[in-house]
Amino acid sequence: MPQFSGPTDPAADARWPDVKPRKGFFTDTSICIGCKACEVACKEWNHNPRDGDLELLGSSYDNTGALGASTWRHVAFIEQKRDRIEQAQETGRALVNLGMPRVGAPKPVEPTPASAAPGDTTPPDTPEFRWLMSSDVCKHCTHAGCLDVCPTGALFRTEHGTVVVQADVCNGCGTCVAGCPFGVIERRQDGTAEVKSKDGERKRGQRKGEQPEVPNLGVAQKCTLCYDRLIDDQTPACAQTCPTTSIKFGDHADLVALARERVAELHAEGRTEARLYGANELDGVGGTGSVFLLLDEPEVYGLPPDPRVPTADLPRMYKLAGLAAGGMVAAAVLSFLGGRS
Amino acid sequence: MTTSEFDSLRPPEPAGGRRRRREGRHRRPAGQVGADGSREMPMVPDAEFTSYYGRPVVKPAPWGHDIAAYLFLGGVAGGSALLAAGGQLTGRDALRRNCRLAAISAVAVGAAALVHDLGRPERFLNMLRTIKLTSPMSLGSWILSAFSGGAAVAAAAEVDRLTGERLPLGPLRPVLRAVEGPAGLEAAAFAPALAVYTAVLLADTSTPTWNAARDELPFVFVSSASLAASGLAMITTPVAETAPARRLALLGVVGDLVATEVMRRRMDPVAAEPLHDGRAGSMLRLSEALAVAGGIGTLVAGRRRGVAVAAGLALVAASALTRFGVFEAGIASAKDPRYTIEPQKRRLAARRAAGVTDDSITTAG
Repeated sequence: MPQFSGPTDPAADARWPDVKPRKGFFTDTSICIGCKACEVACKEWNHNPRDGDLELLGSSYDNTGALGASTWRHVAFIEQKRDRIEQAQETGRALVNLGMPRVGAPKPVEPTPASAAPGDTTPPDTPEFRWLMSSDVCKHCTHAGCLDVCPTGALFRTEHGTVVVQADVCNGCGTCVAGCPFGVIERRQDGTAEVKSKDGERKRGQRKGEQPEVPNLGVAQKCTLCYDRLIDDQTPACAQTCPTTSIKFGDHADLVALARERVAELHAEGRTEARLYGANELDGVGGTGSVFLLLDEPEVYGLPPDPRVPTADLPRMYKLAGLAAGGMVAAAVLSFLGGRS
Repeated sequence: MTTSEFDSLRPPEPAGGRRRRREGRHRRPAGQVGADGSREMPMVPDAEFTSYYGRPVVKPAPWGHDIAAYLFLGGVAGGSALLAAGGQLTGRDALRRNCRLAAISAVAVGAAALVHDLGRPERFLNMLRTIKLTSPMSLGSWILSAFSGGAAVAAAAEVDRLTGERLPLGPLRPVLRAVEGPAGLEAAAFAPALAVYTAVLLADTSTPTWNAARDELPFVFVSSASLAASGLAMITTPVAETAPARRLALLGVVGDLVATEVMRRRMDPVAAEPLHDGRAGSMLRLSEALAVAGGIGTLVAGRRRGVAVAAGLALVAASALTRFGVFEAGIASAKDPRYTIEPQKRRLAARRAAGVTDDSITTAG
């Protein structure tokens, strides 16, 4: 049986004979400029169809909305005023004061103590306004809710420790959609892309240009961490295109070390709002393959504050279900025996 | 979050335009939840609730009412197969026959609903491509298949008898007669699993209300299955043979009421809200009322055919409403970020307060 929770090397846990180093992303949102080049590169490389109606969503410069079947990178935009910025600094300080873990059994690189060395640590003046931008992506969890509940085996763990859907196997049952604690994976279906294709729109004369055939309709789709490129030792499209290196790609262990260094650096500058998301392998999903450096609480970016892979509780659920089933049999037996006496 | 003094420098917006989306139902002002007396006030102080433009964090399962109907029909099928086996073993022929037919009908319609709900129905057999213990859907597919096999053979024998041996079976008739008994018992062996696995299927998701109900949902579902199948038997079968069904119905009603109440009390109060609010709340309240009514009818006058049919109808409807209510509550809970974020923030804060500081996904380094 695979491990349901806790720290592990996911590819080894999936019993790959030739485990490659785990790959992942480190998205440093402190240097994201919101250009959305990642979104575009992702769509182009993966032939993902248009998502939605090309409307303005009224959420700053984010007109993409959310991750979905046809959107595997999503840049969030959040505009904040002074009070929210101060709150973010406070919550960040609270995290530091908790003495958050220096955990992680394999600790390849220590955060450089130099960056935390004495110097000017007075916090910079709080600006009046800031703009948070963050490129969200599939987390490629150590314990992936989507993968665990997939009944067909369409979702699988690659040798690089990532999670990929085989579109030709998936029958579109949709269990993975509910299984994901981050709301990443989605079934490609009517209402997103299909409604734009062919008849419907043309009749009403609202068609906004020819749309190419939508591939993989009705099956679950999400970021593959560019599995096809990984096999050829290439960088995923989004990381390759990112002009500010906000999206970094590499070996997961190196990226986590880099992320810890970067957050220490920002703290040394007095920017206590900086924090990591997904770098802790003791969290509810066993750590994520895609690690983020955030400048506010995760829910501000639309990320869950305390995700937990539902399968972690599955043994208990099975036990209780067995108990309930036993109760049902007992009730039936009792009902039939009752009449005899 | 986009409201700032710089807004005044922007061109005017059309009335009711962009802003409204964000100010929608997700932006309930703090402290006003339930303050109109429509329902209980939450006992915990309103956690500071921030979300990304009110957009959901998790995605709802892309399941239609097909799936809710299957939750109900799977329960009916499981309960009916148990009753049929009981009838078979205790010589209640009409009960056995009607329950076998009910089981195969319910499971056939339910399976059709399941296949219909797939994104690629033509690939439904991929469900049996592998056995995956971590996937309740995979186990459920196998349970459903195993159950259907037995139930179909047992039902075929009943149909053959009903039609005066007109099924074109030829030399297979004696074989069918020989295996119908074991087939009925085989179906009954898988029946409780069929009735209960759907609870695990719902609970093993990130849908807040379903996941928060994970400890009690199996008990709610088996109780609901028992009372529904018993209700159906009380409708289809003369009272002389339905005494066991009436007893099972009563046990089911008691189990259903107790398990539902325990579930509501033990769940996170915010994650439980969708079970009280809106359409799901109305359905669950009506379900409870019907279950009580059906139970009382069964207890007081279940030996009278008319009352038995009415009580049976009430019980079947109660079970259907329970399943649709739980289903809809879950979907609603996934669509509102509040149900994801608030319980998670609370449990994180509780763990920190208890001194556990090493298991947060957010870390300072």
